[in-house]
Amino acid sequence: MISYFAVPKLSSRVWKVWLRNRDVFMKTYKVNFLPPFLEPLLYLFALGFGLGRYIDVIEGISYVKFIAPALIAISIMNSAFFECTFGSYVRMYYQKTFDAIIATPLSIEEVITGELLWGATRSLIYATIMLPVLAAFGLIDLPLSLLIIPFSFIAGFLFATIGMCFTAITPNINSLNYPTFLFITPMFLFSGTFFPLSLLPEPIQYFALATLPLTHLVMITRALTLATLSGFLVLSFAWIVLVSLVLFVLAVNLMKRRLIV
Amino acid sequence: MVVCIVSVIVAEDLTKQFGELVAVDSVSFAVEEGEVFGFLGPNGAGKTTTMKMIQCVSPKTAGKLTVFGMEVSTHQREIKKLLGVAPQENNLDPDFTVHENLMVYSRYFDIPRAKAERMVAELLDFIQLSHKKDTVIEQLSGGMKRRLILARALINSPRMLILDEPTIGLDPQARHLIWDKIKSLQSQGITIVLTTHYLEEAAQLCNRLVIMDYGKILVQGKPDEVIREYIGTDIVEAENDPEVIACLERNTTSYDVIGNRVQVYTNNPQEMIYSLLKECELGQITARSATLEDVFLKLTGRKLRE
Ligand SMILES: Nc1ncnc2c1ncn2[C@@H]1O[C@H](COP(=O)(O)OP(=O)(O)OP(=O)(O)O)[C@@H](O)[C@H]1O
Ligand SMILES: [Mg+2]
Repeated sequence: MISYFAVPKLSSRVWKVWLRNRDVFMKTYKVNFLPPFLEPLLYLFALGFGLGRYIDVIEGISYVKFIAPALIAISIMNSAFFECTFGSYVRMYYQKTFDAIIATPLSIEEVITGELLWGATRSLIYATIMLPVLAAFGLIDLPLSLLIIPFSFIAGFLFATIGMCFTAITPNINSLNYPTFLFITPMFLFSGTFFPLSLLPEPIQYFALATLPLTHLVMITRALTLATLSGFLVLSFAWIVLVSLVLFVLAVNLMKRRLIV
Repeated sequence: MVVCIVSVIVAEDLTKQFGELVAVDSVSFAVEEGEVFGFLGPNGAGKTTTMKMIQCVSPKTAGKLTVFGMEVSTHQREIKKLLGVAPQENNLDPDFTVHENLMVYSRYFDIPRAKAERMVAELLDFIQLSHKKDTVIEQLSGGMKRRLILARALINSPRMLILDEPTIGLDPQARHLIWDKIKSLQSQGITIVLTTHYLEEAAQLCNRLVIMDYGKILVQGKPDEVIREYIGTDIVEAENDPEVIACLERNTTSYDVIGNRVQVYTNNPQEMIYSLLKECELGQITARSATLEDVFLKLTGRKLRE
């Protein structure tokens, strides 16, 4: 029996898997770079400039300024999560890409780690593209918000590992819709994204902080775009790092159990 | 002259279980450097499972298995570096073109880019796909994909090739092309392990082979020796007729009934025909050389596998 928490043995070969995915991404870069440009604009116009006109100030700032960092956090979440669920599942199951790679000196641990690093990289790419769009509307503090770039990789890695755990246990591609509806969608709405967490009853706030990773992302990105740093953020950051490490090891082992028969 | 025979694969009581199912059941064999070694057997016999254990992608359940003298469970990376693998199921990367497929694959073996470019050009030439260099995988025919898989298996200049049904679904021209390539690779000193359902292919290519069924090895040896041992050199066929059977019984000749034909195995067809014609009332009689297919059907039966 493979233990669920055996520490993966890795080498620099993980980057070969990363490079493979990057090459595919760059082949269709025009399509790939468009969503991160358009998505924040759509939300900003619909929610910020539309709905937001009925909201004067929220926690002392305009509504668009309030949701701008949440849009970045959501994009970090979505890009890594969907890359490592539907994207990885297609490569694993339909394209047999993993099978092809493990016939070379790479191990399955390295393949999965490469996939996770790529998922995190997508978050970084998307967050990085969104920053100038939001900056153009004067919605984010500079240069502090630039810290979102390295942060998006770390936070993206967390969602990559979450996605990969689901991919490892899903019986088929359609079942990946369950974590999407039951986990990602509620998180999208209830993580302090479009209204402050403090509006929720206190027990639910604690529940959100303990179990919804997006809450921590939103707190950190918001503190960076509004330049309101506080010591409490260290806890959020530690939460993200710790949970990603645990889920990283778990994801690799679950995948190993699924693929090495 | 001293001929030094080196075994590049040694399997002893090698076993693979999937839960309750014993896919490979305590098989022992040795593959020697430079030979073409074939695995034959009906669907589900355990050929692919054996290949996957050799390739170090599927762990063995029990027994011993070494490749190039290295234990498969502890030296995966070292072994995989020396192998070229063409799997039964196509797993070319559909996100890339022909050329890109080989280039990306070369990276997994740490082949420097300039060298890889040279190799890729050479290999595309070797499998006659240079004109399809920039075609995406989806637009290749089945035979082209199979050839590209072979080229991909050669990208790391392997010491041994594992070819799991290299000619599956190919037209005769493409099959002959692959056979030529396999022979030319063997002449370069590469050891080749292959599986196939085409018995003529096995007879043509393999120096030695095994026939597997239900996870066990039934026979192993050189193709002609296997044929001689289990069938004899020739087969005399007559119509299946009660009188013919009765006559064969009288003469205590060993025979098999297959549908409406009776097959008599012999090493001396002329004498056999002569005596059958003399002793029995035969309508039609033919003699032909025994083939690997006869051995295969004799040993594994004629029933279809589920
Ligand atoms: N991953 C797996 N899980 C469970 N059973 C498996 C698995 N892979 C193969 N088997 C079973 O192991 C047995 C041997 O399969 P294998 O693929 O080795 O056969 P094969 O000789 O290659 O057949 P074919 O000629 O059809 O390719 C079969 O009964 C098959 O159902
Ligand atoms: Mg097979």
